[in-house]
Amino acid sequence: MSTRQFGQPIKRNEDPRLLAGRALFTDDVQLAGMLHVAFLRSDLAHARIRSIDLGGAKERPGVAAVYTADDLGEYWQPGPLLVPPPPVGQLEFHPRTQVPLAKDKVRHAGEAVAVVVAESRYLAEDELDDIFVDYEPLDAVVDLEDALESGTPLVHDDLGHNINARGTQTKGDWAQAEDAADLVIRRRFHYDRGTAAAIENRGIVASWDDKSQQLTIWDTTQAPIAIRNGLAGMLGLSEHQVRVIAPFIGGGFGPKIMMFYPEEVLLAWATLQLGRPLKWIEDREENFYATTQERGQVHDATMALKNDGTVLGIKDVFLHDAGAYAPYGLTLPISSQCTLLGPYVVPEYHSEFTSVFTNKPIVTPYRGAGRQHGVFVMERLLDIAAKELGIDPISIRRKNYIQPDQFPYSNEIIFQDFTQLTYDSGNYEPALDRALELIGYQDFIRENQPRREAVGERVGISVVSYIEGTGIGPYEGARVTVEASGKVSVATGVGTQGQGHYTSFAQVVADQIGVAASDVHVVTGDTDLFYWGAGTFASRGAVVAGNAMHAAATKVRDKILKMAGEKLEAAEEDLELIEGRVQVKGVPQTSISIGELAVEANPMRGAVRPGTEPGLEATEYYGPERGATASGVHAMILRVDPETFLLEIEKYVVVHDCGTVINPLILEGQIQGGVAQGIGNAFYEQLHFDENGALRNASLMDYLLPTAADVPNIVSDHMETPSPLNPLGVKGAGEAGAIPVGALFAQALDNAFRDIGLEVREIPLSPNRLFELVTEASARGNA
Amino acid sequence: MKPAAFDYFAPGTVDEALGLLADYGGDAKPLAGGQSLVPTMNFRLAQPAVLVDLNGIEELFFIREEEGGLRCGAMTRQRSVERSALVQRISPLLHEAMPHIAHSQIRNRGTIGGSLAHADPAAELPVLAVALDARMYVRSVTDARWVSARDFYMGLFATAMLPEEMLVEVAFPTLPSGSGWAFDEVARQHGNYAMCGAAAVVGLDGRRVVERARLVFLSVGEGPVEAEQAAALLVGEQPNAEAIRAAAETAATQDIDPVGDIHAGPAFRRHLARVIAERVLTRACERAAGTEGQ
Ligand SMILES: Cc1cc2nc3c(=O)[nH]c(=O)nc-3n(C[C@H](O)[C@H](O)[C@H](O)COP(=O)(O)OP(=O)(O)OC[C@H]3O[C@@H](n4cnc5c(N)ncnc54)[C@H](O)[C@@H]3O)c2cc1C
Repeated sequence: MSTRQFGQPIKRNEDPRLLAGRALFTDDVQLAGMLHVAFLRSDLAHARIRSIDLGGAKERPGVAAVYTADDLGEYWQPGPLLVPPPPVGQLEFHPRTQVPLAKDKVRHAGEAVAVVVAESRYLAEDELDDIFVDYEPLDAVVDLEDALESGTPLVHDDLGHNINARGTQTKGDWAQAEDAADLVIRRRFHYDRGTAAAIENRGIVASWDDKSQQLTIWDTTQAPIAIRNGLAGMLGLSEHQVRVIAPFIGGGFGPKIMMFYPEEVLLAWATLQLGRPLKWIEDREENFYATTQERGQVHDATMALKNDGTVLGIKDVFLHDAGAYAPYGLTLPISSQCTLLGPYVVPEYHSEFTSVFTNKPIVTPYRGAGRQHGVFVMERLLDIAAKELGIDPISIRRKNYIQPDQFPYSNEIIFQDFTQLTYDSGNYEPALDRALELIGYQDFIRENQPRREAVGERVGISVVSYIEGTGIGPYEGARVTVEASGKVSVATGVGTQGQGHYTSFAQVVADQIGVAASDVHVVTGDTDLFYWGAGTFASRGAVVAGNAMHAAATKVRDKILKMAGEKLEAAEEDLELIEGRVQVKGVPQTSISIGELAVEANPMRGAVRPGTEPGLEATEYYGPERGATASGVHAMILRVDPETFLLEIEKYVVVHDCGTVINPLILEGQIQGGVAQGIGNAFYEQLHFDENGALRNASLMDYLLPTAADVPNIVSDHMETPSPLNPLGVKGAGEAGAIPVGALFAQALDNAFRDIGLEVREIPLSPNRLFELVTEASARGNA
Repeated sequence: MKPAAFDYFAPGTVDEALGLLADYGGDAKPLAGGQSLVPTMNFRLAQPAVLVDLNGIEELFFIREEEGGLRCGAMTRQRSVERSALVQRISPLLHEAMPHIAHSQIRNRGTIGGSLAHADPAAELPVLAVALDARMYVRSVTDARWVSARDFYMGLFATAMLPEEMLVEVAFPTLPSGSGWAFDEVARQHGNYAMCGAAAVVGLDGRRVVERARLVFLSVGEGPVEAEQAAALLVGEQPNAEAIRAAAETAATQDIDPVGDIHAGPAFRRHLARVIAERVLTRACERAAGTEGQ
């Protein structure tokens, strides 16, 4: 038997091309006669547009066109609501979605007001200086709480308030928990915005070919199929006339799944008007305004407990910053609501959110997507409760874990995939024990920390748990084809942004067909090569597309065996697939290559039996009944310089369980990248909006991303609790690394400053903020 | 993020460059390493009509010893200064501080003259120039003059140079014997502009009493900020921990009046100023006394 490739740390098929610069990215697309596009964006966060004076911009040499909202006519429409509201019991919902170009009003700094098309990007940007927009500045809605006060300016005047949605979900009866409690703790927690800052900004090339009546769009999107369908509808074209290609993409992280960004809608339209190919590449400054962001929430949370640390219930009331438009529906607040419950038994739960419009860039999911906040609130409540009850933070977690025999475990409320929040499988305590062992918990607490504190060092340790709902539906598909060469090609609809799809999908298929993973050629993200699918998001590629791959590959395997059985005059059970050949088990002399079979399966002359399908090919779809629940434990030892408040992560441990592992090397990369992003989110990255809604740090000079020097080596280990919901037993892993890091920083800092009673209740932090918090805590202690 | 259109000249000599600056006056800007100028042009914060590229002027690239001091041509790359054995010998403070400027990739392009002329209040080189009593050689078509670093800096991104003038050379005098020096700063990440930093130069007399002291901060004002009261406190003292702590305290509370930005508020800046002042003064005194590392 050839060795199984599923589960092996195979090096990535795509890397030689990526490393040698031979992979196609959107900005690499060069077409004859191509024009370049620049956008005039509002400097003001909130203002009425009195008039727009093009100031002779159209007449400048090299300028092909200038458009404002009025030029779009009927094409000017607010974007679609991408996710309708799930069937949550108590719900109030006021959707407002982004527009291609601001018409009467701008609602966030950076909102596009006009488009210039010119021979070069330089000329296009020169033109922007010629256009004069007469604005009437309005007070901006920046703070979440202020947004709800009466007399506050309105982001959407017709609404009469700034509420995007309100929703309440309950499990059991919170009042009962409160009544029965020995201890009730209440706290307010703040989580602020960051931006995903993918290494590649967004970009679009749109080209209308009048002779073939074909529109081709290269787009840095995570959801090419949805873009094709939507644009075809908007432009009145057949779906077959529109081809969307999502080539290699330098990071998606969620914002690139926001469908129908103004730029996507406008380039597709303008190429039809002008009959010339158009290119727009977002620059880093634009990315800070024009690409979606996430994470502003304020939680008022209450936890009821018994003296022994048993959690009786939680009540959480929170505000969610939706930004100026909310195309993504309720996905984020619902994800926060659901993820808060974590790996713990919480018998009574009352969660109530208000999603608020503000004059800030649009909010849609960004890696972690609402989960960070939920985990932060839950883990902080447990830490604070443990402190008050005099229990150690490890015991309180252990005490409340859902036990292995309790799965499937229902939390009764509705998850973002519209199904009841039910954990498929899990085994939390062994992961906790492994993390404690790897971080050296006992040694640190008993020996290392006291010894170092005695000489004036500040060191803290932390351990947090979390779960992650992954692999949600609706569905994905895959087509597996054996080619005459004996190599296998695979197509799927999901886009790829660095996840290693070309390798992990290949591994899934390779085992079934009996070829090397390097002989499986994966195509993703080209709507002409695969018609159906939803996209890459919510840690779902491996689960949903991976299982579709598996189904299609299994079917092709059956076809191979059937055909080979006839050719070799052997029973199918007696055959095996090895190194691209089918042979009678143990008799390599009696064999045939799958390439030869593929040629025979596609006869060029003669007749075939009725009902014969050509080729060794199959297309299959997979849609899970509901998502799979991954889980993990992170642990950290943190050193704080007591004079400068700079941090050094001395040790970082991740013990993760995403079910069956397809490729441990790729998984490791996913986890490490996620942790790096989480570290950025916890201590470096913050978008600073002033009271007028202007962004004060719209460049990578002042928006600090973690660098190699800030990210430690990560020690990781994996538990495998397979998902019973899908044949491969896999769960998603894409977001796991990023989710619990804020909670981990908070606990470690509290621990390092426990002598002064530090209690961190906000993320992101910074040396400056830590200095303030420590100064306040010391003052309280001395008062 | 594309610059506005500009005319470009690449003169081969200083005289040619000065001629161009005289012709175009305020519309022209010298282009040195471009590490500050080009980003500001790409953001369209600066839109010079003319760039006078100094990169082809060989006479501006040099490091040499002269009159017992150090002379650097304006176009000397920061990386060359950092790696120069001559700099290390004659001006060890400069040598110690260079790696704190940005990242090595940026120092490969960035020049000593560009940084001194740019006068960024968060930059290291202007602070070092003031701490070391450097002198700037400034020329125009009609004039040539030496300006002391103290007189050179006139506020936020402002120097004593006129638009038609150019910085040609900088001279760092050798420190007298009995001197000690130190530089330190705190940045959120390696290579970023610092939230606060300081250079100290201390001179001891034969009885090991402080006879000269200078402490200069970056990132706490509109340019290099001298802590004069702190320095005065130290003079006449035996350098001990208590005296240094008092001087650092004075520096942080009396000599500076920092404003906040998104990375550090005024209180944190003062706190860092105290911490850094104590560190650099301690090290400078130890070096002056020859007790460093003891
Ligand atoms: C990511 C990044 C991080 C950085 N971090 C730091 C840091 O931590 N500390 C720091 O000090 N700097 C930092 N810098 C700036 C860097 O040191 C620059 O090199 C320096 O500020 C300017 O030098 P330059 O040679 O690049 O000058 P340029 O950018 O070419 O010019 C700067 C200005 O000086 C003028 N000029 C240049 N030469 C002359 C001359 N001979 N006479 C008159 N005027 C002249 C120009 O017209 C322009 O106005 C950083 C830069 C980057 C991009």
